[in-house]
Amino acid sequence: MMEPGSFFVGAVLTIPVVSAAVLALLPDDRTAARLNALAAFLTFLSAAVLFVERPSAGRYLIVDDLNVVFIVLSTFVGFTTSVFSGSYIAHELETGRLTPAYLRFYHAMYQALMFGMNLALLSNNVGLMWVAVELATLTTVLMVGIYRTPAALEAAWKYFLLGSVGIALALFGTILVYLAAHATVGEGLDAMAWNVLVDKAAAFDPALLNLAFVFLLLGYGTKVGLVPLHAWLPDAHAEGPTPISAVLSGLLLNVALFAVLRFKTIMSANPAALAPGPLMVSLGLLSVVFASFMLYRRHDIKRMFAYSSIEHMGIITFAFGMGGPLANFAGLLHMTLHSLTKSAIFFCVGHIAQVKGTQRMSEIRGLTVSHPMLGWGLTLGVVAIVGLPPMGIFMSEFLIVTSTFARQPVLAIVLGLSILVALGALLMRLNGLAFGEPYGSNAPSKASYVPVFAHLALVFGAGIWLPPALVAWFQHVAALLN
Amino acid sequence: MDQLALDVAHLFAGGLVLVSFMLLYQDRLTGIVNNFALHALVVSLSVAWQATIQHAPHLYITAAIALIVKAVVIPFALHRIIVRLGIHRTIEPVVGIGLTMLAGIGLVALSIMVMLPITAAAGTLAREDLAFALSVVLLGLLMMISRRNAVSQVIGFMSIENGLILAATGAKGMPLVVEISVAFSILIALIVIGVFLFRIRERFDTVDIHALHEHRGGRP
Repeated sequence: MMEPGSFFVGAVLTIPVVSAAVLALLPDDRTAARLNALAAFLTFLSAAVLFVERPSAGRYLIVDDLNVVFIVLSTFVGFTTSVFSGSYIAHELETGRLTPAYLRFYHAMYQALMFGMNLALLSNNVGLMWVAVELATLTTVLMVGIYRTPAALEAAWKYFLLGSVGIALALFGTILVYLAAHATVGEGLDAMAWNVLVDKAAAFDPALLNLAFVFLLLGYGTKVGLVPLHAWLPDAHAEGPTPISAVLSGLLLNVALFAVLRFKTIMSANPAALAPGPLMVSLGLLSVVFASFMLYRRHDIKRMFAYSSIEHMGIITFAFGMGGPLANFAGLLHMTLHSLTKSAIFFCVGHIAQVKGTQRMSEIRGLTVSHPMLGWGLTLGVVAIVGLPPMGIFMSEFLIVTSTFARQPVLAIVLGLSILVALGALLMRLNGLAFGEPYGSNAPSKASYVPVFAHLALVFGAGIWLPPALVAWFQHVAALLN
Repeated sequence: MDQLALDVAHLFAGGLVLVSFMLLYQDRLTGIVNNFALHALVVSLSVAWQATIQHAPHLYITAAIALIVKAVVIPFALHRIIVRLGIHRTIEPVVGIGLTMLAGIGLVALSIMVMLPITAAAGTLAREDLAFALSVVLLGLLMMISRRNAVSQVIGFMSIENGLILAATGAKGMPLVVEISVAFSILIALIVIGVFLFRIRERFDTVDIHALHEHRGGRP
């Protein structure tokens, strides 16, 4: 008799695989977009069930308090993005930027990406997680290059090479973790299982663990987009289809960060090993400072929000690096809200770029006048992402800065100033984009506004009132991360 | 484990580092491809030897994949790409060959100095294999940054992968090695197909990726 929990774990993994196969064969594009959304919705439902019905840890798969947060967030944004993708793709077909054959490929890859991310999050094995992250990377590389323009190919090639080097370094780190573990745990699968590794980490050889963590942080850090390993990220966001930019920023970066967090818990469980915090704090802070200044020189709207993603991933890495119940809590909250807000922004940006026929910000003006829904959606999204109250990100950033102030005032000042610098850059750009005389094409937009405003409503709601159950859950997970 | 078995394992691992150095100073594309086939051959011999001395028959699969895919199919495909694109000409490394070799020697010294003290507890075989594997990985990275050509960057990446396979098989009893090597082969196959299908030459009239940089959209 199978546990009900493992049935739903199976569903989270098999629905994307089956629908990827079906979508690869299905010729009709309208049904394909709907089927894509339906599959994503079913995956989300199955993932949501994991909150209550949880199977016991297996040899390959595990559902625990940490990854259930990631998996539910990931499948939710995956679902809303698939809804947005439906209306986005319809426009691309009309303008002939994508042919039906490429569209089949696109939908199949979208589900394959969902599978890769879900597997990476659910895996109870460092090797399996590595394979899953690699799969997710490959699918996004293929989708970034889908327009076949020189710029898109350049972006895909760069992402490919940097991503592959990152993933190679991560594999070396994974091998070192196995070597550190197998002296204590013994040979075989157990020496690669998360739950076993965390339990027994105290007895591992600290020197091997240290070296492993450096490789893992650099390897998976490349995929998180931490400076100085971020070079692929702006190009990949700017040149690919916008639904992919939304999924990259909202989900894939989180999955890579999740891998870093898993290894951080192993490191923290070993008293003799290097403290992982300072490394993460310095990489995170460097990303925040660098990205916030780079925001001023952007001319391409998607590229600008890609730099904003680097900034926010930096803030989250910084928060987890600081550690402690408060900073971890704020980090988790910030990660959740950033995923929701940034994907909402990309939904708006995707439609805006389609209506205006350009991504250059100098050619987009007065959106609130010409396209009120898109313009105000973008305005609300930017207000949320820069961290203005009453949106939820204000609260998480406030928590991160104040909790840092109590421990490392200098770092808190640097972080706070960089956040302000980024705020200045984004608001300055927003002023030009959203207000003033409309400029450029005035074509009506057949956008789907539901995903945008659903995300923004959640972010707004989180800023006003966080349900106590959610707070308790996040506090519990934050304590686990210590 | 008897001394001879260890010595042979080290011979193969050391040979791989040597072939990595040979890759660094090749200045023609055909030479690089042939050299890479040798690299893959050495790694498959090394994996097969590990399979024998560790009594781990599944490693023979990894060895076979390395031999068939990386020593035969991929070099063959790359040769065809080179002929089709007409790029037999001399390639110019970014840094001079002498400097690259010196940097390579420095990297090998670095990886030995890093790995040997740390892995003292990990057993002799794993220990020296890891030092060699890290050297191969670092030399591959050096090759990727010191070349401008898309084909030689791909080969640099594949030599990194060979180094990782060496490390994974050196770690005794590591599970999923076969799965990982399959996943890697898919990745590599896609890269090679990418070079071919994207037809970088036809679009940009060269496989020199510096030409690609001119096509950055919306810069800065």
